Parts: sequence; C-alpha cells; structure tokens
Amino acid sequence: MTFMVLQGSLELGIIYAIMALGVFISFRTLNMPDLSVDGSFVLGAAFSAVMSSSGHPFLALGIAFLAGCGAGSITALLHTKLKIQPLLAGILTMLALYSLNLKVMGGRANIPLMNKTTVFSILEKTALGDNSKLIFPLAVLLLMLLLLYLFLKTRLGFVLRATGDNDHMVRALGVNTDSVILIGLALSNGLVALSGALIAQSQSFVDVGMGIGMVVIGLASVIIGEVVFGVKTLLRRLIAVILGSVLYRLIIAFALEIGMPPTDLKLVSAVIVAIAMAMPIIKKRLSAVKRRFMVRRHERSK
Amino acid sequence: MLRVEGLRKKFGQGSNNEKLALAEINLSLQEGEFVTIIGGNGAGKSTLLNCISGVYEIDEGKITLDTVDITFDPEYKRSKYIGRVFQDPLRGTAYDMTIEENLAIALAKGKPLGLMPGVTKKETTLFKERLELLDLGLENRIKQKVGLLSGGQRQALTLLMATIVKPKLLLLDEHTAALDPTIARKVLHLTRKIVAEEKLCTLMITHNMKASLEFGTRTIMMHEGKIMMDLQGQERSNMTVDRLIEQFEKRSGAELDNDRMLLS
Repeated sequence: MTFMVLQGSLELGIIYAIMALGVFISFRTLNMPDLSVDGSFVLGAAFSAVMSSSGHPFLALGIAFLAGCGAGSITALLHTKLKIQPLLAGILTMLALYSLNLKVMGGRANIPLMNKTTVFSILEKTALGDNSKLIFPLAVLLLMLLLLYLFLKTRLGFVLRATGDNDHMVRALGVNTDSVILIGLALSNGLVALSGALIAQSQSFVDVGMGIGMVVIGLASVIIGEVVFGVKTLLRRLIAVILGSVLYRLIIAFALEIGMPPTDLKLVSAVIVAIAMAMPIIKKRLSAVKRRFMVRRHERSK
Repeated sequence: MLRVEGLRKKFGQGSNNEKLALAEINLSLQEGEFVTIIGGNGAGKSTLLNCISGVYEIDEGKITLDTVDITFDPEYKRSKYIGRVFQDPLRGTAYDMTIEENLAIALAKGKPLGLMPGVTKKETTLFKERLELLDLGLENRIKQKVGLLSGGQRQALTLLMATIVKPKLLLLDEHTAALDPTIARKVLHLTRKIVAEEKLCTLMITHNMKASLEFGTRTIMMHEGKIMMDLQGQERSNMTVDRLIEQFEKRSGAELDNDRMLLS
C-alpha cells in the first residue's frame, strides 16, 4: 500500500469514525438497531453541500448536526409513541429521508462542490495547508469524542446507558424511557449527519445514494473496534470505535489494492459484519468440535 | 397511606382466554405497615403489584397513594414514590454499569436529569456507607460492573437502590424466590431491617408461608383475584403454617396448588 492510500484511508476513517460513534450510541448504548443512519448521513451531506454552495461551509456543519437530530427524533417517536418496532421505525425514517434529501438538494440526485468554498478550501489557505483534510476532521472527531465521553458520565448519560441495559429498571427508578430514547437517537443521528456533512465537503461531492449501507459500515467499525481493541472501560470502548473505523477503511483499501472492483465493496462490508457478528457462535461451535474430537481420540487410545 | 378501591383487571378481554386476574380488590395500608402476600399460582399477587406500580392499566377502581390519586399516572411517574424489587435479579440493575453508577441513578430519583456529573465524591462516600450495611463486602467493589455480582448480591443492591431515596411505598415481588435458601434468608432479614429503619409502607409477595408470618406486620392471602384472608394483630401472631393451609383450603374450597409454597 502506498503512502497516498494510507493517508486517504486515515482521512476517511477519521470522518467516518464520527458516524461510527453515532452508531455506537444507538446499537450499543441504547441497544437499539437504528437504520435511519443511511438517510441521516445523506441528510447531513445534502445540507452541507447546499449551504457550502451558498457560502456558509462552517455553519453547514452545525445545521447538518441539528438536521440529523431531527431525523433521529422522528425514529424515536415512531418507536416510543406509535410502538413501531425499532428496526421498522428506522427503515421508515430512512425511506422518508430519501425523498426529503432530494428536496434539500433541490431535486438533483447529486451536487458537485468543485470550486465552491468548503471548510477545507478555507483551511488550506491557513498554516494547515494540505494537512487540513486530516487535521480539521481529527479535531472535530476528538472534540466529539470528548463531549460524548463527558456526556455519558453525566446523570443523563448514566440514564441513557442504563436504558439500553435494562429499561425496566430505569422506569422503576422514575425516569421516562421514551424521552431518554429520543435524546439518544437524536444525538446518534446528529453525529451521523455531521459525519456526512464533512464527507460531502471533503470529497466535494454529494450523491443521494451515498448513504446506502452506511449503518453496516458503522456497525463494522464498532465491532472491529471491540474485537481488536477491547471493551474494558467506557473511554476505551469509544476509542476502539474510532480505531475500528480507521481499520475498516484500511481493509477496504487493501481489498481495492488487490484488484477487487469498487462495486464489490458493499458485499465485502456485509461479509465482514456477518463474520464479526457470528464470531461468538463460530468460536463456540469450534470448541465443541474440538472437544468431541479430543474425547474420541482419548477413547480410541484406550 | 396506600388505598386500593374496587380494583378490577381482566386479561385478554373479548378473547377465548379472557381471565379475570383481579376481582374487586379493596386494600388499605397504614403508614409503616409491612404486609406480606401469599397465594397459589395465578391468584393475582403479581398482577396486584403491577397494577399498583402502573405496569398494567387497570379496568376499574381507584388507587391513591398518600392522598394523591395515581390511578392514571404512567409507570415512570408513580415510580418516583414507589420503590420496587423484582423476582428476577437481572431486572433491577443495569449489568453493564458499575455498582456506583447504578446507585447514582437510584439516588437521582425524582431529581431533574441533566448534564451534572453522574456521580460525585460525596455520593460515593454515601454509597460506601450504605453498602457496608448490607454486609456483603460490596463497598470495596464499587467500581465493578454489576454483571459480576451474584443473584443475591444483586437483589440486596436492588433493595438498596429501591430505598436509597425513601419511597412512600415499597413493592417486593418474590424478590428472594430466585435465590438459594441461605442467601434468600439473608436478603429477607435485610429487607426487614431496611423497612423497619425507614418505617416503609411495604407490600411483599412471598411463596414461603413461614416467612409470610415471620416477617412483616400483616399477612394477606389471595385466591382467584380476591383477598381471601387478612391476618393482623393477635390472630396473626397465633397463626401457624399448618393452620394457615387448613384455613385456606376451607375458605377457598380448593387445594393449595403452589408446589413451591408447600415445600418451602
């Protein structure tokens, strides 16, 4: 792998790590599979592109975050107030967002941002120079990591974590779990949309289909991170998500390097996640087979 | 303190499996009263507790707690005044969080949720003091995850969590049933201690007839969604397990069908 490829993977990994942190909140902290991610990622990107085009690239990031929060809230309300299963609630939001994203993009399926002001075109002119594509997202990511970590250590953060663990207990302790889920999913999708907004400006391009499979990529990052870097403490888990995201990009880069066509990448992502999720079962089966084999050999040797 | 009037609850209304779980329950508890509830399978003991705590909406009747009508309050609102310990040790705590964090959530009951620190040094000291009273050595494991605790330790912790902010009513739904006898005994004694110290109004379901007479100040026996027997004072202190079974069979015209209950 060339240095260029490595650097590219790192840049992408850092931006996508923000999205993965969002997925971590819904999947791991709230224990709720939220598929609206595919839509809210593009929602963030769409707002980012439109607002950059009109000359407000920094503001665009904040607006994208808020738009994501809105999308997450819709999923949460569908689930908590209308009692729609989490999976389906996410799918409904995702579908609705597809149309909404096209509306935000002014009816176009894609928006190129070449020669438009983006945060990166502004920062390139400062002391950061060419490194801005690495350093700015990294700063945003670290800020988000810090804020998220601190948030999860607050009273509200405790309750958020406990809701994913055991919602009975949280209700028995006098907390409305519906509001907790709303806050959690809003935050989760806000981060996802922020990630989408950064990707849009970094790649100078937005496509309405760029969010397909995003939730799987996020999940892959979370799981790879957990497997490789561990889950001991909360901070370690969060950092593991980030490292997982970078590692995922490196795996993808490697797949491309050995000549896999880019159109096969979604297949690769799906396989990675399937294997990672099946790991505990596979390990169990293997050890059972091994034990049986050992017993037979022992009997035969008698 | 607690008043339940004309409470009725049906399950599966209109279906073939329609079952009248609670038929006309009237019950009132004085301040500091510790009531034990016994009864066969399907007598409606748990349903009664779940109706009081708001897990189930009731069909008819009225529930007042400390003169406030809570009949239509959602579960989480009632929980501000009601402490609960469940039968399943897994239900009372968050397994992936530390003992300290679990207690912090319990201590925040009724307080606004916000971005203040989840747990402060002062609170940690308080938690250690309270945990010491449990006499299980948990005060030294405050930073460990609850998932590492045994069932009995968890129930003791849940009991502490349910009472760390003094509730107006404590509901215990067979909270020792899943524990081995020695630990169950310990948790029961702990329950008695906490209830007495805090003068808590308590409803405790138990399958152990001996314990139902030994602990608490009043015993209620339920059968087919009704209160069959309400023992207090002298009548209760003269009661034995054998006579209790005898009385039950006489009054209900049925044999006691709860195996666990007879065996223990």
